[in-house]
Amino acid sequence: MGKRVLVIEDEPNISEALRFILSRNGWRVEVTADGQAALGSLSADPPDLLILDLMLPGVSGFDILRDLRAREDTRALPVLMLTAKGQAADRIEAERLGVTRFMTKPFANADVLAAVHEMAQT
Amino acid sequence: MPRTALTGTRIRARRNLRGLRQAELAREVGISPSFLNLIEHNRRKVNPQLLEALAEALGVSADALIEDQDGRLIEGARAAAQRSEAAATELERIDEFTSRFPGWAKVLAETQARVERLERVIESLNDRMTHDPYLGEALHEIISAVTSVQSTASILTDAEEIDPEWQARFHRNILEDSARLAEGSVALVNYLDTVQTDEAGLAAPLEEVEAWLTRQGFHLPEIEQGLTDMDVLVRGQVELSSEASRVLAQSWLAQFAADAAVLPLEAVSDALSDTGLAPEALAARFGVPFDQVLRRLALMPEEVLQAVGLPPLGLVICDSSGTMVFRRAVEGFRLPRFGGGCPLWPLYQALQRPHVPLRQLLLTAGRLGRRYLAYAVAAPITPPAFDAPSVLRATMLIVPQPAGAAQAEPAPVPVGSSCRTCAQLECIARREPSILVTGA
Repeated sequence: MGKRVLVIEDEPNISEALRFILSRNGWRVEVTADGQAALGSLSADPPDLLILDLMLPGVSGFDILRDLRAREDTRALPVLMLTAKGQAADRIEAERLGVTRFMTKPFANADVLAAVHEMAQT
Repeated sequence: MPRTALTGTRIRARRNLRGLRQAELAREVGISPSFLNLIEHNRRKVNPQLLEALAEALGVSADALIEDQDGRLIEGARAAAQRSEAAATELERIDEFTSRFPGWAKVLAETQARVERLERVIESLNDRMTHDPYLGEALHEIISAVTSVQSTASILTDAEEIDPEWQARFHRNILEDSARLAEGSVALVNYLDTVQTDEAGLAAPLEEVEAWLTRQGFHLPEIEQGLTDMDVLVRGQVELSSEASRVLAQSWLAQFAADAAVLPLEAVSDALSDTGLAPEALAARFGVPFDQVLRRLALMPEEVLQAVGLPPLGLVICDSSGTMVFRRAVEGFRLPRFGGGCPLWPLYQALQRPHVPLRQLLLTAGRLGRRYLAYAVAAPITPPAFDAPSVLRATMLIVPQPAGAAQAEPAPVPVGSSCRTCAQLECIARREPSILVTGA
């Protein structure tokens, strides 16, 4: 049984591509566009890794990350943040909040896979 | 020092400038030296008659001694001083400075006002870049679509086999996202165009003139009718929001009027019917310089060009430094808004060979490359003189060529707009990497 990754991304076609490449590499992939709902399930049943979009409707990726890092059971969860906003300020904020990796869109599939693989090792 | 106390100080400064002693000036205007002393120390008011007498004796107008006249200068100097710690200690002598050096004070006040104006412009541009919600949203939408297309296309081209159902789904996704991308790009371009038009005040004078002439279709019938007072045409035009743009517009209109005078509309129309577009033949027929013909052709009314089967024509004029000083864009041939154009344009080649008319077929770089015929020439705009630099001006007429037309010409020269946005990577003239391919 492969490791479990949760993708919180509101662009369905991006989620679909991520689901495909990660599944093909042995991950069990769950996808949601609803950050608020994901917060509850994350705590109850944390995945092995989280791929998190920064700009989500309602609740931002920063809010989710802040919440995760404040909880005991998700404090160490590896989080890969993906964003179309590549400004230095966002990267700094993400790092301040404890992101594991920060990648800007558009991304190369191979880079995402490499990052996920590396994060899963640690 | 309070503003009401400035007249006396100003009188003292003027007296010192003229090298008069208090007693001498007092005697001349019929008051005691001690009373003048009190006035000069702003302890007594000056009545209008005495002010006139003092002004006459000091060789200035009474207005020059009235405190409010210099208020703007003082405020300007004060604003400048407050921005600089170095001048803070001399703030109390500000009235003395503006009285003794009104010219310099004016320069300082104007510079300060300009700095403040520019700061507001920068702030507004910065604000737009950072906080414009539409711009942020539109860019986010485009980047999301690009991400999806890139990621999905990469899956499809991967060597591994893909289940047909997934394959069909990914094809559909790419189609959806490319449509979204196309719509998003058009919306963004339209939005940026609107912003530029709405905020003409932020544009450079050349851009304002360009925007104004674009609205006129680059043709002003009044000029054909011999109007010489260009001020009538430029006054009150919304696009020409600055004095600099109005002055620039007037100088171009004067040039176009001179061109129209020697190349009358009807005669040029007839000549075009006879010879087709042949600038060299027109120059010979009318006995005028080649660059004058190029300018005139680019500013002919569209219906006249249409009647002889010609599309609207583009025009670029640059000075010896290569800086574009006039632009009329033509469809598909992009002219950069900032910085220099493509070094391969005949416009720049002409600068190397003044007076030699050039004719060159061009092909714009990129997937959708189009052909244009360019005519160019450079000529001095300064009168012949020894021991003085000569200034050249190069002019290039851009003539779109019909798609698929038979080309008996030599192979076209591939050209771009500017290196930064040019897809022609292997180019001898490239001066910096292109953002289109390298992501630089």
